[in-house]
Amino acid sequence: MKEKPVNHAAAAVAFIADKPHLDFHDARLWDMRQKRDAQMHLLPEWQDLRSRASAIKEHALANLADYLEEFERNAKSNGIHVHWAADGADHNRIVGEILEARGAKTLIKSKSMVTEECDLRPYLAARGVTVTETDLGERIQQLDDQLPSHIVVPSVHKLTSDVARIFARSYGTDPNADDPHQLAEAQRLAARPVILHADAGMTGGNFFVAETGTFVVCTNEGNADLSATVPGVHIATIGIERVVPRMADLGVFIRLLSRSALGSPITQYTSHFRGPQDGSEMHVVLVDNGRSARLGMADFWTSLKCIRCGACMNTCPVYRRSGGLSYGAVYSGPIGAIIDPTFNERKYSTLPYASTMNGSCTNVCPVKINIHEQLYKWRQVLVEHHQMPFVKREIMHMAGKLMGQPKLYRAAINGTETALSTLPRFALYNWLNPWGKNRELPAPVKETFHSWYRRNRPTAGRATPETVKTETKA
Amino acid sequence: MGMKIGLFVPCYIDAFYPGVGIATLELLERLGQDVTYPTEQTCCGQPMTNAGCVSDSAAAEALFVKLFSGFDAIVMPSGSCTHHVRSHFDAIEQTDAVRHVRANTYELVEFLHDVLKVRDFPWAEFPHTVGLHNSCSSLRALRTASMSELGEPAFSKPMTLLSGVKGIRFATPARPDECCGFGGTFSVTEEAVSARMGLDKVRDHFHAGAEYIVSADSSCMMHQQGCAERNRVDIRFIHIAEILNGARQ
Repeated sequence: MKEKPVNHAAAAVAFIADKPHLDFHDARLWDMRQKRDAQMHLLPEWQDLRSRASAIKEHALANLADYLEEFERNAKSNGIHVHWAADGADHNRIVGEILEARGAKTLIKSKSMVTEECDLRPYLAARGVTVTETDLGERIQQLDDQLPSHIVVPSVHKLTSDVARIFARSYGTDPNADDPHQLAEAQRLAARPVILHADAGMTGGNFFVAETGTFVVCTNEGNADLSATVPGVHIATIGIERVVPRMADLGVFIRLLSRSALGSPITQYTSHFRGPQDGSEMHVVLVDNGRSARLGMADFWTSLKCIRCGACMNTCPVYRRSGGLSYGAVYSGPIGAIIDPTFNERKYSTLPYASTMNGSCTNVCPVKINIHEQLYKWRQVLVEHHQMPFVKREIMHMAGKLMGQPKLYRAAINGTETALSTLPRFALYNWLNPWGKNRELPAPVKETFHSWYRRNRPTAGRATPETVKTETKA
Repeated sequence: MGMKIGLFVPCYIDAFYPGVGIATLELLERLGQDVTYPTEQTCCGQPMTNAGCVSDSAAAEALFVKLFSGFDAIVMPSGSCTHHVRSHFDAIEQTDAVRHVRANTYELVEFLHDVLKVRDFPWAEFPHTVGLHNSCSSLRALRTASMSELGEPAFSKPMTLLSGVKGIRFATPARPDECCGFGGTFSVTEEAVSARMGLDKVRDHFHAGAEYIVSADSSCMMHQQGCAERNRVDIRFIHIAEILNGARQ
């Protein structure tokens, strides 16, 4: 059976119907966009930073194999175990083996989109390992059995009252106590014992540096540092595209990351991991999972520059009004819509259409990914690969034919019988019907511009292009 | 005598907003231009290409080039059609005629502002408070105004032109650069999000005190007007060509 494409539009209908959530979601993310703007205005060199960040990333990606091997050499000499995972299954197996070898049954982890991408939690659960997310938002999503709806603020679509209900269910707290401080305290009380007694810890990694063989984790809650240092076994899962050549390059990205993401100058914690502490061990799992293939896609490889700041999501008017879960994918919003189809073209064939291609995303992107142009390009690829719904494809085909035939087109505009007998009226009208659901149609007019022109400029406009050309040259 | 100008009137303007076509024609004539509207014109091909169906816009693009390649300049009261002709006219072979058309197609505001360099519209008076809506094509593709995403020095070609109209006042919405949600076929395939964005847009202008939303793009306004009427937001719509041509309301 063919897999069904994600129905983003239907999920958006439900999201929009819930006004309190819609209003909060839109306002919260718009506030992040505005804070990002304020930070941008404080740095006169902002556009220069974006250009540099983009150039560093493009250089690193163009020389990816070399930098990955340089990192491996240097990391090993720092005492870090380096593993290579070709895909998600490979990644999960590697992590599973590390845990099994140490008899580890409990794992605490900080937020990592790559582990979501690899579907690590169910894999480990089936092997008797208890995984506890330590990032507050990610933990809320774990308890609610949902994907993160945003790559930086995973539970941004939830109100505090939702969190209170989830905590009541899992932690036995008062379901009506929705004070954020009380909720944070409930999470702290529940998480601390788990953290202190965990057998192993796991983090993601925002950047890894080839010349030093080290990696960097940026968080605001400090949970990554607990996950990394308390248990004595630290596994860091990082996508291969996150490499930067030199330590000096990091400054560019650290300055851009949190300003673009939350509109704060820097994350509360920017932790550099240089090697295991005495008596403990450190593993880095470098994950490909489709990245090498994406690197070979002429129109889409620059999506690998992404530093996962979420600025494109915060600014996206569609994302703010449909919510991350409506994308039905690990990566949502504009960046998700251009990388998800590389994982599964059919399932995510609808996502490049969940956009007005307004271009705001491209212009906030700190590494200058031409997101809206890639959305535009993806649509062409999806049509070529027969992923467009039949009716829409037929309508475009017939519209295209009509637009090439002035007489037929004119008849259609004038609404004559000729047009109606040539157009698939039923299909067309059904397809256009949604316009009127929440909107009025434009009022009918007495005459078209075309007919006004013929009445008011009776001698003009019918010259052949050849005569026009001659006149122009004369 | 001015240039020989080919006037392109987008399909939805032809069918629903003939007054916008008339104002564009009269304004250009008033400014001494020799304007012709080739009556066989249909569409620029944008709807098909934006949906990804590039080959289906070949016939429209070929017809467009056939009708317009003889003109010095092609002017249209639409940012998105201009963007399509200039940047996305890729369904047909790139002949000299195609290149000429692509290089000499202008959206009305940029033609007035950059080519004719008009600043005063002494015949125009519009004693109302207006909120300016820049379509995303005009704003981020044609760059007719500065965008908030880049933090660049403020400029606005449509605002500069409108400032040459007597009596006009401006209201500034809270999110001036936010897309209104029209998006072509997006308006039907993602009806709920589209209509919600449109409603938020017209409310933003209304709360800022605008009596009118003025724009260089009738497609955005067709959508916004539909949202405003359905939700009884008391705001009116007018194309920039109509104000600059001296419309009295």
